[in-house]
Order: sequence, then structure tokens, then C-alpha cells
Amino acid sequence: MKFGVIVFPGSNCDHDIYSVLKDTFKQETVKLWHKSTDLEGCDFIVVPGGFSYGDYLRSGAIARFSPIMNEVIKHAENGGYVLGICNGFQILTEAHLLPGALLRNNNQKFNCKNIFLQATSQNSLITQNTDRAKAYKIPIAHAEGRYYASDKDLNELIANDQILFRYCDKNAKVTEESCPNGSKMNIAGICNKERNVFGMMPHPERAADDILGNTDGRIIFESILQLVNN
Amino acid sequence: MEITTTEIAQKLGLTAEEFIKIEEILGRKPNFTELSIFSVMWSEHCSYKNSIVWLKTLPKKSDRMLVEAGEENAGLVDIGDGLACSFKIESHNHPSALEPYQGAATGVGGINRDIFTMGARPIAQLNSLRFGNINLAKTQWLVRGVVKGIGDYGNAFGIPTVGGEVFFDESYNVNPLVNAFSAGIVETDKIASAISFGVGNPVYIVGSATGKDGIHGASFASKDISDDSIKDLPAVQVGDPFQEKLLLEATLEAIATGHLIGIQDMGAAGITCSTSEMSAKGEHGMKIYLDKVPTRQKNMQPFEILLSESQERMLIVIKKGKEAELQAIFDKWDLNCAQIGVVTDTKRLEFYVNEELVADVPADDLVLGGGAPVYHREYTEPEYYKEFQQFQIDEIEEPDNEKLPEIAKFLIGHPNIASRRWIAEQYDSMVGTANTSTNEPSDAAIVNVKGTNKNIVISVDCNSRYVNSDPEQGTIIAVCEAARNIVCSGGEPVAITNCLNFGNPYIPEVYWHFVGAIKGMKTACEKLKTPVTGGNVSFYNQSSDEGPVFPTPTIGMLGLLEDINLKMTLDFKNEGDSIYQLGTSRNDISSSEYLYSYHKYKASPAPFIDLDEEAKLQKTILELIQNKLIVSAHDVSDGGLFVTLTESAMAANKDLGFSVKTTSHKVRKDAFWFGESQSRVVVSVSKEKKEDFETLLKSQNVDFSELGSVVSEKVCQVDGTIWLSVDDAKEEFEATLPKYLN
Repeated sequence: MKFGVIVFPGSNCDHDIYSVLKDTFKQETVKLWHKSTDLEGCDFIVVPGGFSYGDYLRSGAIARFSPIMNEVIKHAENGGYVLGICNGFQILTEAHLLPGALLRNNNQKFNCKNIFLQATSQNSLITQNTDRAKAYKIPIAHAEGRYYASDKDLNELIANDQILFRYCDKNAKVTEESCPNGSKMNIAGICNKERNVFGMMPHPERAADDILGNTDGRIIFESILQLVNN
Repeated sequence: MEITTTEIAQKLGLTAEEFIKIEEILGRKPNFTELSIFSVMWSEHCSYKNSIVWLKTLPKKSDRMLVEAGEENAGLVDIGDGLACSFKIESHNHPSALEPYQGAATGVGGINRDIFTMGARPIAQLNSLRFGNINLAKTQWLVRGVVKGIGDYGNAFGIPTVGGEVFFDESYNVNPLVNAFSAGIVETDKIASAISFGVGNPVYIVGSATGKDGIHGASFASKDISDDSIKDLPAVQVGDPFQEKLLLEATLEAIATGHLIGIQDMGAAGITCSTSEMSAKGEHGMKIYLDKVPTRQKNMQPFEILLSESQERMLIVIKKGKEAELQAIFDKWDLNCAQIGVVTDTKRLEFYVNEELVADVPADDLVLGGGAPVYHREYTEPEYYKEFQQFQIDEIEEPDNEKLPEIAKFLIGHPNIASRRWIAEQYDSMVGTANTSTNEPSDAAIVNVKGTNKNIVISVDCNSRYVNSDPEQGTIIAVCEAARNIVCSGGEPVAITNCLNFGNPYIPEVYWHFVGAIKGMKTACEKLKTPVTGGNVSFYNQSSDEGPVFPTPTIGMLGLLEDINLKMTLDFKNEGDSIYQLGTSRNDISSSEYLYSYHKYKASPAPFIDLDEEAKLQKTILELIQNKLIVSAHDVSDGGLFVTLTESAMAANKDLGFSVKTTSHKVRKDAFWFGESQSRVVVSVSKEKKEDFETLLKSQNVDFSELGSVVSEKVCQVDGTIWLSVDDAKEEFEATLPKYLN
């Protein structure tokens, strides 16, 4: 499987995810420039975190119109895998590849810290190896991470088992206090109905290297690589 | 050309004597544009005219030093294997006092440009902040604005903010201090220089367009803050971190081509400063066509274009014939890239607007080391100094044992000691996946140099209360504490950068602070073999009503940890580990938070320090770490020994506490637990290593005492009494800043 990491001019987690895929997990990985219209034959596209085009308007609002995003949208519509992390998740909702929106955190502040994640569904490429009873410690770093969707959309997410991650406490219990940003239903990550487009606010690539003292994020990459190994 | 007068010169911040000197240099009266150029270049901010005499006394040399202090935009230190670390600290105090958000944001932008203009990619940022009384609404407004400014800029720029310090004291009520530090890594064959030469080589301005923001910012930074300062608002610059990110990437790509002659960022005094410093250094001149500078608004005056401090701009001199390659890189990043002039052999800066010569000045006469004035300022010991020195501990009644837990709680929740989480979580501390300290904290931040086993270990430190009590000794302590933090993290101290924040240098008592600080820095840096790579001087941190801020020579220290496996952290690890204090307890509560804030007693000298003892302790700590004889290390600093122990317990990954006893009966209990005498470190040691550990300490002749052990109950127990539970301590520790700032 070939991975492609989109690079917007204001991306800043592009290299982190690139190096986890390439160096830690030894996968063929390329960076794809935002002005390009060629996905270079990649099977799995990652839209990384950062501030795409500065995000002075609204996170991801401009990025969805970039040349490369047209190709990413086509790729997704053809069943190709796309994962958006943080700003990437915001961009994928702006591009309507995923339902809902990410609003300003309810404390109105940028918030960078470890949180605990419950992998709510194991029925997806990126969560298939996870354990629902375990709390995964993964960092967040965002000012606009409050997941919002209409009741109708939320019901659909539930009905289709599209909620992949929810903020929880250290015992994997989903509680109001354990939600860092005011997200509806503590939602931290979802997939589309077709289960090939994924979005999550937490940064698994920041928890995949021993020297960082936290490798809880590795399970997500190991899940994805099941596809390669099988 | 318009006529200039002494009065106009004075309005621009120059003295009558300086005006005469300018006339001598030019052989005629300067026109207004030329006078403006001199006024910013001869401001303290650019010329160091009131400080350079003393700065030159600081030690500058070591085998690792790749450039000497003052030669380039930032210090550059060889870290081996073909890599170098560029690092620097800089102040943005005056802008932040008026407009905390933009002031702090552009401070972050400016320091990072100083790093990447040398070809280095920034990998970590720190900041050192000082504010007034936290009870004041104005202080709270300033903290919120400054923290948001640093966060918004640094987070979008994409370089982690990995640590720093915050200190509250009334002396900063009017003048907060915002000092920003950045460190970057460059391959030693890709280092860029701030130089210009080669007649006919094109001169480019790249990055943002030039606007009217920040005009006379450098002069503004060289004045006291007063009610009139609000009129200087246009002197505060506005930052755009997205542009900075683009400029970073484009600049590094441009440097990598090997076609650049030189490059300098535009900070203070904008085009004026970059053209003059690069030209003076390369002993060449430039013809610059100001009408070719991309501007944000029409009809900007020549002096406005010359002095604008619009952010996110660079001046580049490139080899003739390589223009298209440079243009292509900046096109890729959608940035302005305009040729605005050429290099000449005249050693003069000739500025034109539409073929009309509007200013013609010799480059060398503008700059530090050239014609810029150099002053020896008077200094006088202030009256309070002797009074402070006479303090005796007996003036403070020793508290009863029953009082001690209450004092402990007071200190843990004191704004100067309490958790910095409210601030730290607004900064992205993890982007770049190299900050190894997020999950496993140490006294200093340890940041991995990606692709290697090497790590930079960085810390910013200054207890300005100590410096106020005794500038020389207080600054010795600042250097030692920075080094101790690095050593307690497993790193070897390598070099420092300094940010020298003082009041008005024309006041002899203020200048005495400055002189004492430099003397102390020299002594400590020589002893610890950490030369000074440069930094920044910020005078005039004082208001007309409230006098100067505490003298604050912030030390930013770089250390090196070659092997990440030898990283040391500060948290207690296992039940049953023995807890030791290394170093000597002294009957000293001078200038401690305990004396100053709990007893509200302000007149005392700096705490005790002995440099030989300190150096020996640091050497021994490193040996203990390298021989894997200890499992945690945390230096005793603000709040004293009890706070240190509690912090190690609160940081533990599991449920742990400590049970310790008073091991010296020669000192008062308050001095033992809350005194801040220097050169002490708390370590924990596993049972198996105790013997080897003690043997090593004895062989090094380092004083130590076994305080007690790590226990599985979450308690802070002293002499058999539980002063408070670790959970209660945590609550006190965490509640303080949110209480004031939310």
C-alpha cells in the first residue's frame, strides 16, 4: 500500500505523520503538494494537521478548494482511503466527505494535552485492532475541535456505527468531564457511511515513538497495516 | 531637501551630541530620512550603545562556538556529526505592554526569523514571562493576551513551545517582560550569513509586503513607558504566522541552493537595519530603490518604507545570474520576491525613489562596531543594597511546627510556584514529535534532533528577586540554575544566550544593576564553561511612576544530551526508593518566596551560593546519571526543599508519596524546608544502587543526606506528620492560575 501525505503551505504535522509511516512502519510514503493534481498512485491519503492556508477564515474552509483536494475527493468517491487528522478532519468536513463540523472549543482556547480515547467501533480499517474496553492516551492540539452535527446526522452516525472514537476517562468511561472541547456525544473521530474516509481530532502520530514516552497511537497504524499484511 | 534641527533629532530619540556627530559623518546636515535612519540605528535596540562596553567583557569562546557573539543574528554552536544548533533569546517587552497579543506574537515571529535566517530549522521554543501583581485586572489582561499571542503565533508556525518560566511581582505592574527563545538545527555546510558583497549582485526583499506598522519600533523600545506611550501604538507590529511558515520553508529552500551571498531578517528598523548591517559586515555598499519595495498601501514616505517593522520579511543578496531560481522558490510558496537594489563598492547606502536620491549614508557609521556611539555610563550602588545585606534570619520569628503545613500549602499554591498548566496547554508542545518532555518531564526540556540519538536540552531561568537583592550574586545564581536544570535532565551545559531586561540606563542606580549582572554572568559562565553566544538588551523597562522593573538578566541555556537513554526525569519512580538531598542545607531564607511572600519581608540579600560547590555538584549529578545510579533528579529552587519533593511526587506516573525527616539540626526548620540556598538537588535511588551511589558521592566529596523514601501512600509526610496529601497538593498546585485567569 502506498501512502500519500497532503502538504498545504500551512501544514505542520505533515512531516510527523510522514515519518511515522515511512520510518516507524516502513511504508512507501510520499508527500503531495497542494498545487498538484496528481495523487501519484497512492492508495491511502492522509490529510495532516496544521493551519492549511493560515485558517484565518475558518479551519479548512479554503483548503477544500485546493487543486489536490479535488483529486482527494475523487479518490474518496471511488472508494479510496482518506484519513484526516486534526486540521485534516476539519478539511474533510468542509469538503463534505464527512458529516458535521468542528467548532471553536467550548473553553475558547487552543488546547494541547493528552486525553483518553475510547475506540467506540472496531468496525473500520483504522480501529480494527483496538479494544473497546481500553482507554488510549493520545494528544489533542486544537482550538476548533468541538464536533457538531445535527440530531439527524448524529442519529445516522449511530445507526451506521460511524462513531470511531469518543473522549473518555482513564477507565474508558465516556463522561462529560472527560470531554476536552464540548463535542457532541464526546465524538473525537468518525468515518463516512462507506467506511473509507476517516476523521479524528487527536494526533496518533504524536504517540507512536518510544522516545516520546507514549506509544498508544501505534494501534491505529497497526490496524491500517493489517490491510497490507493480509 | 527638508531642513533638520536638533529639536527634530531629539524628537526622534537622538541627543544633541549625536546630532552633531551625524553632521560630522555626513559633512552636512542630514535630511529627515537620513536622520530617521540614524535615529533607529543608533537606538539602544540596534546599537547597544549603552551596554556594549560591558557586554564585551563576557566570555565568548569555546571549541564548539561557530560564530562569536554579535557576529550573526543568533549564536551557533557545533553539536557534532556535521550539525549545529542556532539559538537565541530576545525581548518584546514594550510592544507587549501596550498590545499584549500582537506584541508577544511578533516577539515569537522575530526570534524564529533570527534562527532560520541562519539556515537553521527551528525545533523548539521557550519563553520567559514576567508580570505584575496577579490580583490586578490589568495583569490578568496582559497574561491572557501574551499567552494567546505566543500560542496563536507559535502553534500556527508549527514549532513546539516546550517550556519556560512565569513570574509575578509588583515591579512589573506597568512593564511586563516577554522574552522569547528559539533553537534550530542546521547542517554545518548549509549555514547562512548576514553579509553582503560582490558588486552588481542583486538585492531582494522577500516575504510580506511593507506597511506602516512598527515604524520607529526600535526607538520606541528605547524609551520609558508613560501615558503618552499609547500614541506609539502604530509602533507595535502585527504578526502573520502563516506568512512566517511560508517564509521559513522558502528561506530554507533558497539557502539550500548555495546561491545566496547573505540573508538577514527584518526585525528592528526593517530595511534600514538589514541593509546597513549586511553591507557593513561585507564592506560593500548598496543602491536601493524604495519604489520597488512591495507595499501594503500607496504613498508611503521613504522614511516609512525604510523604518517599517512589518513582520515576516527578509533581505537577500544572491549571486548575479541566479535570480530566476530564487524567484521560482518564492513563487512556489506564493510569497513576494522583489529585486530592490544592487550591491556596490561605495560602502554607502544610497536609497532612491523614482531615480531621486532620498538618502545617502555610509553603512559602517550606522552600526555597532562601526560609527555607532559607545557610552560609558555612570553607576552608583543604590541605598537599599546595604540595608538588604544586613538582614539576619533572627529578624523573622521561627514558626511553630504546627504552622509548617500551612506554609507548605501557601507556597505550593503561590502564583510563582503553582502549576503552569493553564499557560502550557495553550501552546502546542508536541508538534514535530521531538519533545521528549511532554510525557516524562525533566528540569529542562529535552528535544530530540530528528534522525539522530542527539538531543538539545534547554532551559530559561532568572529569579529576578535575587538579582534585585544582589545583581552580581543573583545573576551567578541564574546561570547556575539554568545549568543545574540541564544537568538534572542528563545534559551537558554548552553555552548561553541572554536577554538583559533593565530600567533606564541613564539612572546610575539602574546601570549599577546592569553592571553587577554582567559581572556575575561573566564569573558564572567562566566557571561553568558556558560562553555567551549573544542575546538582546532591553533597557527602559520602567515607568515614570513606579520606577524600574526588577533587574532581569534572563539566561537561556543550551545543553547537549548525546544519548536519549541517559535522559533523567524529575518524577519519583518506585515505592521504597531512597530520597536524598545532594548539597548542603543552610540557615538561609534570604529572598525566598517564603520570606518575601509569606512573611512579606522584602529586604534581604540573595540566597547563598558558592560557585565551587555548585560546579562540583553539577559534575557529580552528571556522573550519577551516566552511571545509572539515580532514577530521578529535581533541583531545589523556588519554594525550597519541600516544594521540590512535592513536585516529584505529583509528577509520578503512579500513586506515590514521600516520607522524609529533617536531617540537619543546625538550621531552622523553616530554612531547611523552605529556604532557597543554592546548589541542592533531590534525587531518588533504588535499594540496589544505594551503596554505589553513596560511594560515588563520598569519593567526590559532595555533601548529602538521606531524607527518607518514596512511599505507596499518596502523602507528603515530614517528621512523622502528614503535612498534606499528594492529591490536596495537586489541587492547590493546579487551582491557582485558573482561579485568577479564567
